[in-house]
Amino acid sequence: MSHVTESAEKTYETVVGLEVHVELATKTKLFCRCSTTFGDEPNANTCPICLAHPGTLPQLNEEAVAYAIKAALALGCEISERTKFDRKSYFYPDLPKAYQLSQYDQPLGQNGKIEIEVDGVKKTVRIERVHLEEDAGKLLHTVGGTLVDLNRGGVPLIEIVSAPDLRSGKEARAYLEKLKAILSYTGVSDVRMEEGSLRCDANVSVRPVGETRFGTKTEIKNMNTFSGVEKAIEYEAARQVEVLKQGGWVRQETRRFDDARRVTIAMRSKERAQDYRYFPDPDLVPFTVSRAWVEEIKSSIPELPDERRARYMAQYGLSAYDAGVLTLERTLADFYESAVQAGGDPKAIANWLMVEVLGHLNKENKAITETPMRPEHLSELVKLIEEGVISGKIGKSVLPEMLESGEAPRTIIERKGLIQIQDTSALEPIIAKVIENNPQSVADYRAGKDRALGFLVGQVMKETKGKANPQRVNELLLKALRS
Amino acid sequence: MGEALYEKSLLVLRKLLQDGDLTVSEVVQSYLTRVRTVETRVGSFIELAEEEALLQGAKTLDERRSRGEGDISHHPLYGLPVGMKDNIAVRGMRMTNASRMLEHYRSPYDATVTTRLREAEGIIMGKLNMDEFAMGSSTETSALQTTRNPWHTDYVPGGSSGGSAAAVAAGEVAFAFGTDSGGSIRQPAAYTGVVGFKPTYGRISRFGVAAFASSFDTVGFLTRDALDAAFILDIFSGFDEKDTTSLPHEPTNVYHTLKDRDPDTFLKGLRIAVPHEFMGEVISPEVKARIEEAFHVLEQAGAHIEYVHFPHMAYAEPAYYILTSAEASSNMSRFDGVRYGYRAKDVEDIETMFKKTRSEGLGWEVKRRILLGTFSLSAGHYEAFYQKAQKVRTLIHEDFARLFADYDVVLGPTTPTAAFKFGERLSDPLKMYESDLLTVIANLAGLPAISVPAGFTSAGLPVGLQIMGPMLGEEEVLGVAHAYQTLTEHHLARPTL
Ligand SMILES: [Zn+2]
Repeated sequence: MSHVTESAEKTYETVVGLEVHVELATKTKLFCRCSTTFGDEPNANTCPICLAHPGTLPQLNEEAVAYAIKAALALGCEISERTKFDRKSYFYPDLPKAYQLSQYDQPLGQNGKIEIEVDGVKKTVRIERVHLEEDAGKLLHTVGGTLVDLNRGGVPLIEIVSAPDLRSGKEARAYLEKLKAILSYTGVSDVRMEEGSLRCDANVSVRPVGETRFGTKTEIKNMNTFSGVEKAIEYEAARQVEVLKQGGWVRQETRRFDDARRVTIAMRSKERAQDYRYFPDPDLVPFTVSRAWVEEIKSSIPELPDERRARYMAQYGLSAYDAGVLTLERTLADFYESAVQAGGDPKAIANWLMVEVLGHLNKENKAITETPMRPEHLSELVKLIEEGVISGKIGKSVLPEMLESGEAPRTIIERKGLIQIQDTSALEPIIAKVIENNPQSVADYRAGKDRALGFLVGQVMKETKGKANPQRVNELLLKALRS
Repeated sequence: MGEALYEKSLLVLRKLLQDGDLTVSEVVQSYLTRVRTVETRVGSFIELAEEEALLQGAKTLDERRSRGEGDISHHPLYGLPVGMKDNIAVRGMRMTNASRMLEHYRSPYDATVTTRLREAEGIIMGKLNMDEFAMGSSTETSALQTTRNPWHTDYVPGGSSGGSAAAVAAGEVAFAFGTDSGGSIRQPAAYTGVVGFKPTYGRISRFGVAAFASSFDTVGFLTRDALDAAFILDIFSGFDEKDTTSLPHEPTNVYHTLKDRDPDTFLKGLRIAVPHEFMGEVISPEVKARIEEAFHVLEQAGAHIEYVHFPHMAYAEPAYYILTSAEASSNMSRFDGVRYGYRAKDVEDIETMFKKTRSEGLGWEVKRRILLGTFSLSAGHYEAFYQKAQKVRTLIHEDFARLFADYDVVLGPTTPTAAFKFGERLSDPLKMYESDLLTVIANLAGLPAISVPAGFTSAGLPVGLQIMGPMLGEEEVLGVAHAYQTLTEHHLARPTL
């Protein structure tokens, strides 16, 4: 499905390819033994190797290669049997060797694909390559000058390059969400956007509908929120269409997205492409990835989001949408699965989890992993409602406390005396009292005004402080009024 | 006999120490005195270790020995004074690479060879002068000082391991580490009348050795004789996980094979190839004469010498300079003034800081190679230069493979001429590069090669005989060198200083 922009003369479509950098969750860096811990004192995690002292040599971290292979396999890639590292040269203060060790013409993985779904329409996005490389450091601009923190320098990254198969900002966003889901399922990355562990560059161009050649593209650099990517692409495509409509031409350049103003701004001209002078790193000999190793890694890949989603639909009868939301993140999917296993209606659990639990957590900006509430407690809550022990309303009122304290729902409702009154002998005197105190409403009801019944039920609920079972109250009231 | 301590070979000195006929203090004292006497004329050292610390270290070893602690046979270099080329990391010592860029830089870590040297209980006398970042053939590109040829101080010691060669020739150390990317050990060894040995690429770890051209750089030694070189090789060879290009082999065991071997039996029937291309017009008549004398010695002992062809010899030198410059241009890029080393002052932005730092911190020869290398790696030139040169490298490999199918070793002169005078070639890079003409092919193919003293020119300058062997053929190379030295005395000559 295409995102189409109308113009007076022509209809344009947007063409997008994404380059995504994801930090791998290895314990140590790609070419030295320094820790990859985030948030330590600047330059605490550095050594002569990642500081590029003369004489040091890179020593490949096999765990990082295994993670990259795992990610590439989960993205449906073929794994190169023979691969190597190349030097990509440019001067920048955060790049100690003044070249980045990356993979140029023999990436670890190639020809993958992932499925996305936008507005109910499914689409396959091809992945051209997945390669392994090292991250650069970070610059801190202060009043006294610019400082360099190389804690991140040398942390392993994978770069995932999609084919120009995306046709809108929305599709780009769906692609990123799916990518994030797959990567977090495989466990190769924490995919923490706020720590910069997933960064995205977008190549954007437009062309008249029906045209098969690509238009001139611009590259939007270094976006790190999904909504930012979506907005930036929509803005940039519209801008390019406007340029073309004015009779102008799109300049090939690098742009950045200003999140606050929601516009893209030109950075430096790319007309004369930078020459990175790639050549094979003579310090790291080309290496062979054995089939046996690939098979071993393949067998360690867990059930991925698409498979899990299909299973939730088949096994638990969830809608495609609900199954999609619940499987987007592995932690959430795992939580759901554990709750279902503890008992209770799977659909009801899904509803409670998606609407109430996530609604509450989103307000507090928390993830499912950050609440002490256990999956069994959610299951218990749903069962208590099913059994009529409490009302849905009471259920909603105790949930925040469950999320805060991690207490079981039964403990809370017992302590607070919130168990529903179902007992006829307890309700009858209250109902009699309400009828006695509201003669006008009783008369109205008898005159055929059905609304009056609702009022009387409400009065009974008020008297019982909401603990009465509303259905039971209804029945008993009707009986009393008819008598 | 009147041979001074500093004139003895490593193995002789070692025996005296092991037998308790000498103390480490005596050895160190003797070498320190020698350095004090000759260093102003030779100029090998960029940094000499502190005298106090050296003597204290020697005393500690002696005391431990007298208490009967520790078995010195586990420490093969126990008490022996060693020199390190200044591109090898020794924690806490300078590692200038003879460049302004690193003039005040001290290494924060030990190279793998340094670690093994410490375990072997060798004594690090200091860091030795070289051509700047090992780029040069005379040690004249050193930005920090001049090293002179101990045989004649008007002449260069060769390079880039000129300080290492001069220090061994002058008796300032018992042996020295050097690095050889295109002849940087063998050529200065030939010019200063010592043994210069370059093992197979990857035999010895490069970790901690500043890179000039990574796929060429090979750590080796400058010694008094071939048997010393064999002994040292056995200590420092072997896989190192910190260098993924190091060969996955066990340490060599050459010394024990060689030490009791009868040279005549070994040389009898040995098949020696001499490429015509090694003995052509560019070889000076005097060098040619010495080398032919050496051939005669070997033939007398029963070796078969045959003249052969080395078809791609003419392409070796250009391919070598394209490939090493390409790698060097990339290896030099880390010297940007950000984290260590020289940083230009009064700069307003980062771009200017990079440019000024490199322009002021690096010398002309280094800049020339950076420019050459950057050019040949650039888009549009890569295929014509870098890739083409890689193909030449493959052809050189094949030339050697064909030769070693029929011959045990390849022989020839180490250099076309003997040492030249200061300033003679500095302004003419092509003339300068010619001194590597016969040595670069061993690096292009990664093969072991050695230069051994083969006599003198009429001006009293040493001439070197080069022996090359097949991949991992250190035993053949050192075997021929050792056999030759048991039949000749050129390696026993010492300069008068
Ligand atoms: Zn490190």
